[in-house]
Amino acid sequence: MTDLSYVRADESPNLPPPVNTTGVIGWMRANLFSSIGNTILTLIGVFLAYSIFEPLIEFSLINAVWEGENRQACVAPPDSGLHVGACWAYVKAYLPQFIYGRYPIDERWRVDIVYGLFALLLIPMAIPGVPFKRTNALLLLIAYPIVAYFLLTGGFGLQIVETNLWGGLLVTLVIAVTGITASLPLGILLALGRRSNLPIIKLVSVIFIEFWRGVPLITVLFMSSVMLPLFLPEGVNFDKLLRVLIGVTLFSAAYMAEVVRGGLQAIPKGQYEGAQALGLRYWQMMGLIILPQALKLVIPGIVNTFIGLFKDTTLVLIVGMFDLLGQIQSSFTDPTWSSPTQAHTGYLFAAMVFWSFCFGMSRYSLFMEKKLHTGHKR
Amino acid sequence: MAENTVEAEELHANRSKMHISDTDVAIEITKMNKWYGDFHVLKDIDLRVMRGERIVICGPSGSGKSTMIRCINRLEEHQKGSIVVDGIELTNDLKKIDEIRREVGMVFQHFNLFPHLTILENCTLAPIWVRKMPKKEAEEIAMHYLSRVKIPEQAHKYPGQLSGGQQQRVAIARSLCMNPRIMLFDEPTSALDPEMIKEVLDVMVGLAEEGMTMLCVTHEMGFARQVANRVIFMDRGQIVEQNEPEEFFNNPKHERTQLFLSQILHH
Ligand SMILES: Nc1ncnc2c1ncn2[C@@H]1O[C@H](COP(=O)(O)OP(=O)(O)OP(=O)(O)O)[C@@H](O)[C@H]1O
Ligand SMILES: [Mg+2]
Repeated sequence: MTDLSYVRADESPNLPPPVNTTGVIGWMRANLFSSIGNTILTLIGVFLAYSIFEPLIEFSLINAVWEGENRQACVAPPDSGLHVGACWAYVKAYLPQFIYGRYPIDERWRVDIVYGLFALLLIPMAIPGVPFKRTNALLLLIAYPIVAYFLLTGGFGLQIVETNLWGGLLVTLVIAVTGITASLPLGILLALGRRSNLPIIKLVSVIFIEFWRGVPLITVLFMSSVMLPLFLPEGVNFDKLLRVLIGVTLFSAAYMAEVVRGGLQAIPKGQYEGAQALGLRYWQMMGLIILPQALKLVIPGIVNTFIGLFKDTTLVLIVGMFDLLGQIQSSFTDPTWSSPTQAHTGYLFAAMVFWSFCFGMSRYSLFMEKKLHTGHKR
Repeated sequence: MAENTVEAEELHANRSKMHISDTDVAIEITKMNKWYGDFHVLKDIDLRVMRGERIVICGPSGSGKSTMIRCINRLEEHQKGSIVVDGIELTNDLKKIDEIRREVGMVFQHFNLFPHLTILENCTLAPIWVRKMPKKEAEEIAMHYLSRVKIPEQAHKYPGQLSGGQQQRVAIARSLCMNPRIMLFDEPTSALDPEMIKEVLDVMVGLAEEGMTMLCVTHEMGFARQVANRVIFMDRGQIVEQNEPEEFFNNPKHERTQLFLSQILHH
């Protein structure tokens, strides 16, 4: 007869996990070679990676030309049969142009200060443990834009530099950073507006969002630079860069609004009621309770929009402005450096720069998501 | 800390004194009606709650219990009749609504704690932003009430790391931090496991003993017998019967009350 009654007499001790599930070998065995099928997939994967990266490494590193004065360095002697890889010497020679565009050489220190200040303010802002976040944010969001504006455009004894001389990374970053910082708050307001109980505010938000989402960015840029002057009274003229900035900001604000609205919809009604029952006003409830949770939920979507905006800055070429990519492309016409691999190198460089920025944003957002995660989800 | 406890107790004492000197009616609901679209949820509700009174509201699901107490702090809007809380009539005037919400605490079935804030921050948020209290003072008061609900050691955890019973006790402490004169409870224990119900009820009994004006929607009949001055039975949007607990449970008059009680007491 089996005994149905059982009483545990002693506590089981906590043991460490079995050895073969930990460590590099354990990991490889579990993840790469757990079965015949998995092993075959692993081998195919290694082969594919090799066939893609081997030529790329050969082109960009092994056969690359690092030093040189002109095209001579990057062109193989006629019958030597040598393959010349990336012409980094050309990128090196052009680097100042890629960074500053046609900004006057003697005034480029001003751009350097703007870059430097930005890094100086952004890095402590982005690292969670650093103190004085409030001061930091005020400096970054209010003082910095003013300082940067006067440094870049001139005035107060500084030589005036027209924005049509700006170019390269400077234009890319000015558009991207302005677009990103302006479109998030605007998008939040639009999202709140779209969920508002006040019919007029709701209608305006809906029309705004649907209008800007419905037109391609290229059209927006064209309209802002070609059509807008037609509607403005004689003599009134906005700076072209300013018009582009406004266009890009409003365009991405519409996308941002929908991303944020998605987050707002995921917040349970109980959170609103909890906040209201405590006597919080609308803006307190939104700012302290609802938005912090909603925005955290949609960090991936927000960063997605940021990354899209960053890459869309390249479209300004269409209205005659030279962002990083435009500047690189325009350098292809220079005969001093014309060589078979010039364009390849230029595009590779552009891709690397864009990718680093976007990858940086993506990693940072993942880090923040982990950081903001509090306790268990239920 | 000790000093602060004394302070908080003084606060309490002052409030009790105020209760006596103020008008004795805490909530006065007259001929209140509410509709959801075409659906008539609350019909001619008349209810007067005196200061220090503890009222338990029960009734079948969908009878309008939650809707009624949510009208008291304007989480729901009533369309006809009047509600006067603490001498202030509820209208569309946002200022008055704010004033009433500051004086009326509410505890929900699903706690509604703010998951992105620590327990302490949950408790200090409203005092700091609504009462404009200095952070330090708010934290001291919060710790006082967290000790009273017996979880001061959890102050720096997040709601998601606590058990349901602990979360509900935090929710009660959070309301108390606003020093409310009236507390509303909407089925505070019905989302909890049986072993946690007692810890929450104990806190509520404690509150009742201190003389808090309480309106509780609950089906905890033991609690009703122990602390209620009056039990109200609602059905189909109406108050069908009200009486003191002994009489209500032992000798229900209305047939629907009898049916309801026979159902819940025999389960
Ligand atoms: N927002 C709403 N819109 C339409 N109808 C609603 C809404 N909220 C509640 N109701 C309806 O109003 C009636 C009363 O709801 P209420 O939540 O007050 O009931 P209750 O007595 O609290 O029930 P329970 O014991 O299930 O909580 C129900 O029939 C419900 O379906
Ligand atoms: Mg209910």
